[in-house]
Amino acid sequence: MKRTLIVAMGFVLSIIGIAAIFGGCSPKKEVGGFGDAAEKVYVAPGSYDEFYAFMSGGFSGQVSVYGLPSGRLFRVIPVFSVDPEKGYGYSEETKPLLMTSHGFVPWDDAHHPQLSVTDGQSDGRWLFINGNNTPRIARMDLTTFETVETIEIPNSGGNHGSPFLTPNNEYVVASTRFSVPIPQQDVSISSYKENFKGTITFISVDSVTGRMKIAFQILVPGINYDLSRSGKGPSHGWSFFSSYNSEQANTQLEVNASKNDKDFIAAVNWKLAEELIAQGKGQDWTASHYHNYMDDADVGQSEVLNSVKVLVAKDHPGLMYYLPTPKSPHGCDVDPSGEYIVAGGKLAALIPVHSFSKFKKAVEGNEFEGEFDGIPIVKYESVIAGEVKDPGLGPLHTEFDGQGFGYTSMFLSSEIVKWKIGTWEVVDRIPTYYSIGHLMIPGGDTKQPYGKYVVALNKITKDRYLPTGPELTQAAQLIDITGDKMKLLLDFPTIGEPHYAQALPATMIKDRSVRWYPIAENKNPFAIKAENESRIERDGKTVHVYMSTIRTHFVPDNIEGIKVGDKVYFHVTNLEQDWDVPHGFSVMGATTSELLVMPGQTRTLLWEPKMAGVIPFYCTDFCSALHQEMQGWIRVSS
Amino acid sequence: MKPFSRISIAVAALLLTLTYFLPLWEIELIAPQYPEGLGMEIWINQVQGQHPGDLAKINNLNHYIGMKHIKPESIPELRIMPWIMRAVMLFGLAVAISGRKWMLTAWLVVFLVVALAGLVDFYLWGYDYGHNLDLENAIIKVPGMTYQPPLIGSKKLLNFEAVSLPGFGGWAAIGSVLTGALVWFMEMRRARKVVPNVE
Repeated sequence: MKRTLIVAMGFVLSIIGIAAIFGGCSPKKEVGGFGDAAEKVYVAPGSYDEFYAFMSGGFSGQVSVYGLPSGRLFRVIPVFSVDPEKGYGYSEETKPLLMTSHGFVPWDDAHHPQLSVTDGQSDGRWLFINGNNTPRIARMDLTTFETVETIEIPNSGGNHGSPFLTPNNEYVVASTRFSVPIPQQDVSISSYKENFKGTITFISVDSVTGRMKIAFQILVPGINYDLSRSGKGPSHGWSFFSSYNSEQANTQLEVNASKNDKDFIAAVNWKLAEELIAQGKGQDWTASHYHNYMDDADVGQSEVLNSVKVLVAKDHPGLMYYLPTPKSPHGCDVDPSGEYIVAGGKLAALIPVHSFSKFKKAVEGNEFEGEFDGIPIVKYESVIAGEVKDPGLGPLHTEFDGQGFGYTSMFLSSEIVKWKIGTWEVVDRIPTYYSIGHLMIPGGDTKQPYGKYVVALNKITKDRYLPTGPELTQAAQLIDITGDKMKLLLDFPTIGEPHYAQALPATMIKDRSVRWYPIAENKNPFAIKAENESRIERDGKTVHVYMSTIRTHFVPDNIEGIKVGDKVYFHVTNLEQDWDVPHGFSVMGATTSELLVMPGQTRTLLWEPKMAGVIPFYCTDFCSALHQEMQGWIRVSS
Repeated sequence: MKPFSRISIAVAALLLTLTYFLPLWEIELIAPQYPEGLGMEIWINQVQGQHPGDLAKINNLNHYIGMKHIKPESIPELRIMPWIMRAVMLFGLAVAISGRKWMLTAWLVVFLVVALAGLVDFYLWGYDYGHNLDLENAIIKVPGMTYQPPLIGSKKLLNFEAVSLPGFGGWAAIGSVLTGALVWFMEMRRARKVVPNVE
């Protein structure tokens, strides 16, 4: 009897033990307990969000525009990828924006949106983003939410650490992710150490027009340059770049580039670089690259530039230093005061924070521990301000709330960690679902962050949403940071893939948003200002159709005299002067896309008829009660 | 006329200068698809949209019902009205300077005739646009429906609520004529009182 009791008790206890072990190990998932979260993210019908958030579209090549706190998607701005929905990259006017020295490249991988700044604060004028794969930078106009300019970066093997701005849009910086032979040459890949180099490019931005131009490039040692921020306040005049693969491995980087205990943050004195260029110290290197822009007539233009000014970093003392930084750093973020540079060592178990004032003192006191390929390395102890201890695993990026705290994303432990600047102590942490990459606080990289929320930009979503086959939605999470404890408010899906994002108060740009283009100011050479100007002109095998659209008809709507083998350009002008009345234009069998023409705008579609017959065309954007009647025919003769 | 009356008439006449800087009448068109507002303003010398592009939008909408294009240059009254208003104003100032009651009466009569003629003319134009439709080419034809905007007040025109009211310039003119009438009334009452006192 006694024995039975003992056995039974042992059995019960072991069950409890097993439950405890499994319960303790299973991932904690927040269910319920969201309190007033719904109220905090609910934007009533007809009301507006408080912030515009601009999210990178990653491998979609585009930028998406969301409202915060609702997480509603407003627009996808086509940037580096063609977008048949909007005719972007298909219309004759927008094709030039995708030109590169490799030809027409209809796709890219866009990572880091960056809002233009004045005195280290968002000014709401432009948005920049990098193309990582075929090195490019694009500029969008925030009155039209359209891409208006792209510039190709020569002497680069991948434009990842880009397009981070200096505090007054003086420069957009661009560092090469992959070092390659510069200038390019046919050499053995195993000659990496000998032949491979990196570049850091400074692109000037015209303060009035926003036009970009490569001001100069700095030739730097051949390692991987990853992310960047520019200094502000006391560190104004410097830019900082994280780097890895100081092992200079050329194969199996996963292992071979993870061997060194420390890699570097590169500090570049761009004010000095400016002076050196002014003194004529820059070398002229041949480097063909494309500069594409929408001209005053809203027509895309491409120009090919053939040389850049290059400064070789090791030839100019004081231009560049390396700050030793643990374990293949990824993020490289400067706090609002401009004093601290926070690194995120992907594989590190701490967050190192460098001090700019200590760095300057170390340079003055010659506190160096050696050189790397001719670049002085400052002693770690001489520049480090502090280390955030035991923050979690896999620190990547840091943003700031302007209240004295840093927020660092932890990829491996899938959480955001809040820590105090100065004491370096962790004060709060919140899980993210799952594997957060970048994070974003509105204005979180500026002198005066707006704070209020942090957005987690996650790499994995798994079971968070209804499944959609093997490829799941991309996702972000909105977290309230107004209190002592961070609070998860909302999960929302995004287009792929959200790397970095930036946000600003809606009031900064919403009232400047263009509603339509005045037709009288349309300078497109193929525009018509009234229906009675519509016409068809033939020049050999080329036919120009000057066409108007207005609710609810095309003029002309019966087109005859087209022959098989002609090149037909439809120059479609939308004569509407009304808000939200674009017209579409599509031709049966066209191997391009539709055109989507904004009120007062002209867009051109090239069509090459292949067979005789009568081909219909119609308006694709439901424009009025008689939208279905908005159609016409083209007679094609052999 | 008492000095106060003469000053009042001068002020009333000068009030009319506002009609050169502000619209006389406004017709607002309210529909769910136009949260940003849509409407037109009748000025002393022009017809224009309440917002840039409004007149083009209204003309484009009107093509559905076969209404003629509203072309300000085809309305000759817009060229004459500034001169008439100037004459009324100068006449008013002459009344104030002379201080004669018969002139005040004459001015008031002329002013009222001009105002009435203006309103009748406005009504006739509205009638013409609203009734003489190109039914051959009209896209939307509702039997018996006409589209004359109200002279004053509101009226449902298909999906639009048309609201017609004086603009600030119109209110200035109304204020001017009312001031004139009030002064005239006071002067007449004073005259009736003054006569027995003389005897």
